[in-house]
Amino acid sequence: MEQVTSFFNGNYHLITIVILSIFLGIEVISRVPAVLHTPLMSGANAIHGVVIIGAIIVMGSAHEGDYVSLVLGFLAVILGTLNVVGGFVVTDRMLEMFGKKKKKG
Amino acid sequence: MEQFQELLSTNPWLLLAYLIGSVTFILGLKMLSHPETARKGNLIAAGGMIISIFATIFLYQYKGGEGQPVGLHNYVWIFSALVIGTIVGTLAAKKVQMTAMPEMVSLFNGMGGACAMLISLIEYRNDSMPPMGKFLIIVLGMIIGTVSFAGSVIAWGKLNGRVKDKTIPGGQAINFLIFAGIIILSIMVVGGFSTSPYLFYGILVLAAMYGVLFVMPIGGADMPVVISLLNSFTGVAAAFGGFLYNNPVMLTGGILVGSAGTILTILMCKAMNRSLKNVLIGSFGGAKATAGGPAKDQGAFKEISVNDTATLMAYAQKVLIIPGYGLAVAQAQHICHELEKVLEEKGVEVNYGIHPVAGRMPGHMNVLLAEADVPYEKLLEMEDANDQMGTTNVVLILGANDVVNPAAKDDPASPIYGMPILEVEKADHVIVNKRSMKPGYAGIENDLFFKPKTSMLFGDAKKVLQSLVAELKTV
Repeated sequence: MEQVTSFFNGNYHLITIVILSIFLGIEVISRVPAVLHTPLMSGANAIHGVVIIGAIIVMGSAHEGDYVSLVLGFLAVILGTLNVVGGFVVTDRMLEMFGKKKKKG
Repeated sequence: MEQFQELLSTNPWLLLAYLIGSVTFILGLKMLSHPETARKGNLIAAGGMIISIFATIFLYQYKGGEGQPVGLHNYVWIFSALVIGTIVGTLAAKKVQMTAMPEMVSLFNGMGGACAMLISLIEYRNDSMPPMGKFLIIVLGMIIGTVSFAGSVIAWGKLNGRVKDKTIPGGQAINFLIFAGIIILSIMVVGGFSTSPYLFYGILVLAAMYGVLFVMPIGGADMPVVISLLNSFTGVAAAFGGFLYNNPVMLTGGILVGSAGTILTILMCKAMNRSLKNVLIGSFGGAKATAGGPAKDQGAFKEISVNDTATLMAYAQKVLIIPGYGLAVAQAQHICHELEKVLEEKGVEVNYGIHPVAGRMPGHMNVLLAEADVPYEKLLEMEDANDQMGTTNVVLILGANDVVNPAAKDDPASPIYGMPILEVEKADHVIVNKRSMKPGYAGIENDLFFKPKTSMLFGDAKKVLQSLVAELKTV
């Protein structure tokens, strides 16, 4: 029990963020038209690329001689960048077409 | 647990950057759910991401050996990885064809999952006996990241046809055993009952197997749901990273995607009138056998020539085109728009009936037709299309199958029973363009093809439409 309370006290602000973010995510999305489902999924896909920050932190704090960590971290940063850049560019390409259509329509 | 607190850098500029990042993610998602603001929303979120990334590189400090704050190093490694990722990511995203968009999203999603998995691996290598809370987060992040990675790769392979649907006998039991194995190993490792690294890597292997087996039997119309679900998984994996580094922007970004992705998944399930549980456990693959049931005598189908189709359409007043995945694989969206223009010149009213799950992803058809400059107002959502069906003379179905299958309305044994469909039978004529009589992606027979009103127009959608357009110009 003590462990639980100390966990709660120590991470109170993180837990608050998590719970509020859950509600926010539900609120923000619940009225999206079906037309935007694919771009929205793609946009959300790019946003979870934020995991790259974790990759940068492990890469940047790895010991210079620790080649296994360096190589794994290097891979992690590349994969994270692919997720972020690819995700945003693909989403933009999809939405570009909606914009084009809007002006002509 | 206190260890988390010390990891957080207190540099106010870094915290400000993270705050900006979190706000742009929220704004971005909000704007992405409205057609007018969507593109801007995407760019705003991308801007926030760039700020967060560079702030991390230059301002983040971790606790060094003697407890003093140390800035990040290995800049050469970091920047070369960033450059490689940016070039490859941009090229891949720019080169991919509109039709292959869904599998691209799946692939990028898998990379995010793999990134989360690698972070956990490195953290474990650095310290194989972290405090229990931290260890739990490392293990959970690794499990979810790995499942998401393996599942996304399979989903990607399925969408581009490299991986075929496979139902493994007793698959559910095997999945359950693997899942149980993951939990047991995790408890042993995190609880400190065993310090053997093999157990830790065992979790990794089991999680990868689970990801593969979890997606493997799911096929057909359920794939978009699975990708959306894996998308929210990766969000949760990113959020575990946020806990690990006490990093608010990872936490908000990850959880937002996790919850928004779950809602999106549920919305997609609703569009197909299936429950999420149904999708995950009773996959289409499993239901197929019972659906086939006793082979019904379906009678004969009627074929129609391009010539007759052209005549029929030219003298119609109202034509409704129903696009499906067949249109996408044939890359026929431009020629389809051409057909629409030729018909309009002849005074025929042409609209498109878009089923919410037509294609391989919700909204797939909208994106595809938008690429071909089809005006927005011509794309009717399912309810509107059904309202107009009674006054429509000709319905042209281009490579769609399950979304017009009447079994969804009148065959309780069908796996798609209950799914709302486009009720094409209310129109005067139904012309179905397919390559062959083979059942659709979900593997279900379609009685529509044998109805008296229906005529089959066989051939690749693009070639058929080309000859149809040529024919119409001479009528």
